[in-house]
Amino acid sequence: MIEFQNVDKEYDNNVRALVNINLKIHKGEFVFLVGSSGAGKSTLIKLLLKEEEPTAGRIILNNMDITKVKNRRIPYIRRNIGVVFQDFRLLPNKTVYENVAFAMEIIGAHPKEIRRKVPMVLSMVDLSRKASSFPDQLSGGERQRVSIARAIVNSPPVLIADEPTGNLDPDTAWEIMKVLSDINGRGTTVLMATHAKDIVNSMKKRVVEIHEGRLIRDEQKGGYGNEITSF
Amino acid sequence: MAMRLRVFKNIIKQGFQGMWRNRGMGIASVSSISAVLLILGVVLILILTINNIVLETKTKFDEIQIYLEDGLSNADYDRIENRIRDMEGVLSLVFISKEQGLEIMKEGWEEEAYLLEGLEENPLQDSYIIQLLDIKYAEEIVSNLRNIEGIEDVKYYQDVIDKLMLVANYIRFGGIVIIGALMLVSIFIISNTIKVTVTARRREINIMKYVGATNGYIRGPFIIEGILFGLIGAAVSILIIKFGYEYFFKSVNDKLYLLFTVYLVPPTLLIKDIAIIFTAIGVGIGALGSLVSLKRFLNV
Repeated sequence: MIEFQNVDKEYDNNVRALVNINLKIHKGEFVFLVGSSGAGKSTLIKLLLKEEEPTAGRIILNNMDITKVKNRRIPYIRRNIGVVFQDFRLLPNKTVYENVAFAMEIIGAHPKEIRRKVPMVLSMVDLSRKASSFPDQLSGGERQRVSIARAIVNSPPVLIADEPTGNLDPDTAWEIMKVLSDINGRGTTVLMATHAKDIVNSMKKRVVEIHEGRLIRDEQKGGYGNEITSF
Repeated sequence: MAMRLRVFKNIIKQGFQGMWRNRGMGIASVSSISAVLLILGVVLILILTINNIVLETKTKFDEIQIYLEDGLSNADYDRIENRIRDMEGVLSLVFISKEQGLEIMKEGWEEEAYLLEGLEENPLQDSYIIQLLDIKYAEEIVSNLRNIEGIEDVKYYQDVIDKLMLVANYIRFGGIVIIGALMLVSIFIISNTIKVTVTARRREINIMKYVGATNGYIRGPFIIEGILFGLIGAAVSILIIKFGYEYFFKSVNDKLYLLFTVYLVPPTLLIKDIAIIFTAIGVGIGALGSLVSLKRFLNV
């Protein structure tokens, strides 16, 4: 599903953000990406989204080498990946329903399909009652659930979550984890970058740790980690 | 195909929605477009009016009248007529005998015409009125006429025309400079206004990119929004110019004719041209402004 082959990333200012990353994530897996701030987690996600280009190596997504994809085709790559951010990134002047429908509209989905699917996804994240609210009328947890609904409405094979619980209190964070876990249960591959030690430790999923740009641990049913990275 | 059509429909819908939801910023864009177009309109009308006055006045002076000596033979008349017809730039030649001249004078004098009845002898001379093809032939023709035997006097308003042409040229040049400057200012103002709109919606653009929107899809609604703002701005200024000029025309035209024997350009004619020009400029500036200010946000 996702494969990094000998991937290096060096930024223009000679910072080596990633060094020789080799990582294979299979279809249906749930993977935590951990490591301290600046370790290279964000760079890894940016490479998957083609926001940045690797300096060396190949990145395979859905059996396609995305490092060879032309800029013009990037939007079509991104349609295979649902993304959830720490800061939700909802459109402030669109309602909950419109925010989710928007992701379908841009790919030219049939209005009938949109009318069928958006309520379905909203009920999956338990937001049916808030469909006509605007983002600033919602709590943090509700906003994150909207952004998850938006990320999965086009049924992408992969969902990337970049610290999705970072702005939420522990109870709300668990709510979000339950939603993500459900989505994973339906077959979507989930890659989640996080600092949330408790969550990683109790979920008992695969854990990949990055430290100073190198992949230093890849453990099935792992925990958050050792002294090097926790502080 | 159906999918493309839906995407296109969405873009249009988003454009209208964006315009409505950003109407605060929109009012700023629309008023700056209107303001610039208004100034442009006033300058344009001024130039057109002055141009019109100059042209009308010019055609009035666009003829040369020559007066013949008394006692010429028929052969002399033929000789003079042929010499004139052979000159380059002569459009028509009309002979006015001294009797006809007197009649014309009587008509012109109207009530006072009885004063002319008492004349024992017609004091006028036979004359020709020469219509010119173009004003540029005037000087040469006039100097050639002066060399023809039998012509006593050549009347031509050279000085007046020269001065008028000079003034007209200055005004045209000045007008072009002002219009050029205004266009630059307007593009600057509008691209800035739209830049503010776009910056305010930077997040939105960013999000659209992450959800997998193509550049065209992102650009589309903004361009439509820009065009709509441009259209509204143009409409507002067209209406103001229309009513303003109609009012001005009504209250000034007759007085102007009394003073300078010229008319203003009639509103119906002028407004139509201005409407076309303004709509084109409004739409162009709106679309261009959006494109320019979007460019740097699309490289995520």
